[in-house]
Amino acid sequence: MGANLIDALYIFMLAAFIGFEVIRRVSPLLHTPLMSLTNALDAIAVVGAIVLVGEHKSTLSFVLGFLAVVAAMSNVVGGFLITDRMLKMFKTSRPAKH
Amino acid sequence: MSDFAANQTVIEIIYLIASALFILALKWLSSPTTARRGVWAGELGMALAIGGTLLRHGIIDYKWILIALVLGTGIGIPLGLVHMTAVPQRTALSHAFGAFCVTLVGSAEFYLRTPNVPRFLMSVLCLEVILGSLTVTGSLMAAGKLQEVLPQRPLTYRGQNFVNFLLLGAAIAVAVYLVLNPGQKHLFPVMLAIGFVFGVLLVIPIGGADMPTVISLLNSYAGLSAAAMGFVLDSKLLIIAGALDGSSGFILSVIMSKAMNRSFTNVLFGAFGQVQAAAAGAQEAKTVRSATAEEAAGILAAANKVVIVPGYGMAVAQAQHKVRELFDALTKRGVDVRFAIHPVAGRMPGHMNVLLAEADIPYDRLMDMDDVNGEFPQTDVALVIGANDVTNPAARNDTSSPIYGMPILDVDKARTVMVIKRSMNPGFAGIDNPLYYMDKTLMLFGDAKSFVNDILRELSGGHH
Repeated sequence: MGANLIDALYIFMLAAFIGFEVIRRVSPLLHTPLMSLTNALDAIAVVGAIVLVGEHKSTLSFVLGFLAVVAAMSNVVGGFLITDRMLKMFKTSRPAKH
Repeated sequence: MSDFAANQTVIEIIYLIASALFILALKWLSSPTTARRGVWAGELGMALAIGGTLLRHGIIDYKWILIALVLGTGIGIPLGLVHMTAVPQRTALSHAFGAFCVTLVGSAEFYLRTPNVPRFLMSVLCLEVILGSLTVTGSLMAAGKLQEVLPQRPLTYRGQNFVNFLLLGAAIAVAVYLVLNPGQKHLFPVMLAIGFVFGVLLVIPIGGADMPTVISLLNSYAGLSAAAMGFVLDSKLLIIAGALDGSSGFILSVIMSKAMNRSFTNVLFGAFGQVQAAAAGAQEAKTVRSATAEEAAGILAAANKVVIVPGYGMAVAQAQHKVRELFDALTKRGVDVRFAIHPVAGRMPGHMNVLLAEADIPYDRLMDMDDVNGEFPQTDVALVIGANDVTNPAARNDTSSPIYGMPILDVDKARTVMVIKRSMNPGFAGIDNPLYYMDKTLMLFGDAKSFVNDILRELSGGHH
């Protein structure tokens, strides 16, 4: 547990720094899609919930896990869907060049 | 056993790829030209992660997983298809759902593991559940305010902050007790309940104009609670996704509070309400100049450069499509038209950009505050549609103003300022705007949508 814990803290720290560096570069133009996309990614918590349902260790954990899968999955689907809808709308008046 | 180990390794590698895809998703979001690729990367990562999880050895019950996934998809699709004006409340609602999932998983893990929970694990579990539960109810309150099911104005009462601190203190005290005595099952629901109540009380005193900061902060909490869940489940993928979401919400909160010249604590604990009372009293009869649609159309048609400043009022009036027609009509006449977007215009970060993009206004016409402010002195007409505080020059020079120090759009430096507004009623923010009394300012009284429509009619009428 000790080594795992330290590893986990390192991962958290590094991911937080990467998050800062990457997200700092997101144009304010896209702040709303950014929020809906991170929300969809955050719904990766569904993975923990799936395990609770699948392992069915107790009735309580099964029921809580089931509700958690439903909640997270609605964020996965809804989050990606609306982010893509928003991004499709952003058009430029100039011909694309990069 | 070696089969089990091989299976574990495969799953871990799938999670590793998913983590990389999540980071790429955010990286590609940095520019509108690559942003959609970012969504696809995120989707692929998510599909891999869910698929990989289903490979786990311990999983015996696939039927109910499938049912739950289908149910969630059924709820998610309508939530992904809401109208663009409803995006702020949808976002708040999805923070609530995300935090709800985390809270439920945290609770299930507690009951599965108690009484044998190591101290560190119990600490992060408590953190997960407290952050999760307060985000659930806080986000629901925010969504209710944005949907106008609940009053948008701040609800304040005496001793509010004292009650909030007391509750937070109580939650922490229970958490500490649970860390030391993880067998005390009956205390766990108490901690949950305090978290839920705290979330409600935290958001009740926050007004509509502060929503961009609050939504960002709740976004950050949702991410941090997911990261805490990653510690509990020893899942690196969750830690990474939670840390990314947490830092995103944090960065947005910082940008929002800077754009209002306020600290987090001030947004959370110092509802605008108390400060305004003083400012509202000092109102005297001042004269304003108003103009008709015909006069406004004439001035706009004669201009070389026009900057349109949209605000929440434009969203409320659903005027973005009419504004686009105005943009087209003026551009056709050779007028250079830009849009000035204040970071806190609207109800969430980037709200105005999405509405204008929805109305097909090219995004290279949308300018940030820092870029556009230098251009106002060369601007013939600044047309303010439904924005108020973000254009208030008192923020620059009146130390007694409640918004003194807040960075604003310097519309008062344009040659002519036109403001579309329903009436001189200062609205619920209650802060008087000296911009309206300037000699160069013309007030265009009316509903944003119908007034822009009237201008459009005059523009096309005067043409033939």
